[in-house]
Amino acid sequence: MFRWPDEGLARVPFRVYNDPQIAEAEQKLLFQGETWNLVCLDLEVAEPGQYRTNWIGETPVIVVRDPVADRIRVFVNRCVHRGSMLCLERHGKAENFTCMYHNWVYSLDGKLQSIAFKRGVRGQGGMPADFDITKHGLRELRVDTIRNLVFATFSDQLPPVAEWFGPRMVWSLERFFHKPIRLIGGYTQVLPNNWKLYAENVRDSYHASLLHTFFATFGLNRLSMDGAVEVNEAGGSHLSWSKMATDDAEGTDYASGGLRSMRDLAIEDRRLLKTWPEFPDGITHMIQTLFPNVFLQQIQNTLAVRLLVPRGLDRCDLQWWVFAYEDDTPEQLRMRLMQSNLVGPAGLVSLEDGFIGNAVQRTTRGDQGHGAIVEMGGHGVGTERQSRVSEAAVRGFWQQWRGLMGL
Amino acid sequence: MSMATTMGYTTADREFLLAAGQTCTDCAGAIDDDNLEAWPDYFSEDCLYRVETREGRANGWQIGLMHCEGRGMLRDRVLAIRHGNVFDPHTYRHVLSMPRFAPAAPGSDGTEIASARRVLTSFNVTRVMQTGETTLFAVGTYDDVFVEAEGRLLIRSRTVVLDSRNLDTLLVIPL
Repeated sequence: MFRWPDEGLARVPFRVYNDPQIAEAEQKLLFQGETWNLVCLDLEVAEPGQYRTNWIGETPVIVVRDPVADRIRVFVNRCVHRGSMLCLERHGKAENFTCMYHNWVYSLDGKLQSIAFKRGVRGQGGMPADFDITKHGLRELRVDTIRNLVFATFSDQLPPVAEWFGPRMVWSLERFFHKPIRLIGGYTQVLPNNWKLYAENVRDSYHASLLHTFFATFGLNRLSMDGAVEVNEAGGSHLSWSKMATDDAEGTDYASGGLRSMRDLAIEDRRLLKTWPEFPDGITHMIQTLFPNVFLQQIQNTLAVRLLVPRGLDRCDLQWWVFAYEDDTPEQLRMRLMQSNLVGPAGLVSLEDGFIGNAVQRTTRGDQGHGAIVEMGGHGVGTERQSRVSEAAVRGFWQQWRGLMGL
Repeated sequence: MSMATTMGYTTADREFLLAAGQTCTDCAGAIDDDNLEAWPDYFSEDCLYRVETREGRANGWQIGLMHCEGRGMLRDRVLAIRHGNVFDPHTYRHVLSMPRFAPAAPGSDGTEIASARRVLTSFNVTRVMQTGETTLFAVGTYDDVFVEAEGRLLIRSRTVVLDSRNLDTLLVIPL
């Protein structure tokens, strides 16, 4: 029987990345349990009848704008008849959802409208007379939105999204989406690791300037810059922010030259590094996580939302929405385009995040008795205002995860 | 002399496609042979190199996976691969189709494209990890515009259009 180590949040047993029973329990207790799950951006379902399909854990869902009620609804993407997937397309516009298998038809509010050959053929066959189609609609989920983000939950009891994530998380979302946005890019990065290794990676501001050479070399982000790690009350969501050009490397480990990331690199074309102050608060880097699997990014002038969908034990799909503001000037858009080389699967400053999870995954399969040490910045999950050399948000993730999993 | 062929191509057309195919093949060979330092030399000084997805192109998205303007940025990519970035060692093997002329379409600078000639080449890229793991990594089309410069036929603009929106792990070595 699995038992969490006595050290508490200071240790993460490697087994959590490899145990099929834990993965199965996560589907029930996290994704189909007491969590709000991002399903899409509201721009993707702006028009009546417009839909987008996605996944909540392993459950396929349809997000659609119901034209009658003029609101967003989320359904399990599965015909109630024999379980066939209803919508195969990623995006589309529909007047109803018709199952291709036996032509069962649902209206956009999820009600079963008609069944092919319900009365049989020439009086023969058909559904029993007592079959009541009004009792067999699509499984509908609760929906809540905050700014441009659309969330759904299987839970009947969870408080609204804003309350669940807490005021500081809402503050940051209002900052990200303070004016109308538009999509300027999108792709899916397939990661060869358990989803929780990436969830930890984004919460870990300690690794950023050590694993990612470009950050330190070009002075874009050093842990010695002014910044903070803030963890929400539940633990699983966090903000890590910093302000560029508020420090120098003197008197830190960076200046002594022992760190690999200080190797002297000079790039030829510095157009990649041209930025402008995006927000009046002076924050140039903001990474936000929303438990369990949502990530928001302001890295200079690159803005993105990412959603991580688990695909079995050792694979997950990281969906990226790259966005800009509607009122961007051509010059701002051009700077975003140049800086796009710094982030994403081919990003010069962060592409390492694509494979580092697998570097852990590979070593943990045969080693079920050991665990990771997570003590940087102490043992707590509290906010770090002094230093971002901290694993507080990683501990916070595990605090909320353990609470929901009962482990 | 305009010598018509079975496909309606002139001899000049065929010679051009052969030369374009040769540039594409040599360029892919430089990548596959781990001679990345030679890769920028197949592009013109004022080149554009871009990686995007078919979906992104259909939606008119400005942001793809990579966007380099000029040979300097290509050299910066090589510098980063050699000295900057950390990743599991791996190599590629490109398999390219014969190039074909792109269907006529007005570009943003339509006249220039017509004179420089736009060519499409299909590719499969297999990725071989140091562990031996060998997988199909990328499938798509090079959408290239060529220019004669420095006494050679160089790539003035290359858009690598990936058929899938999925990208496995990371993209560090150029396609």
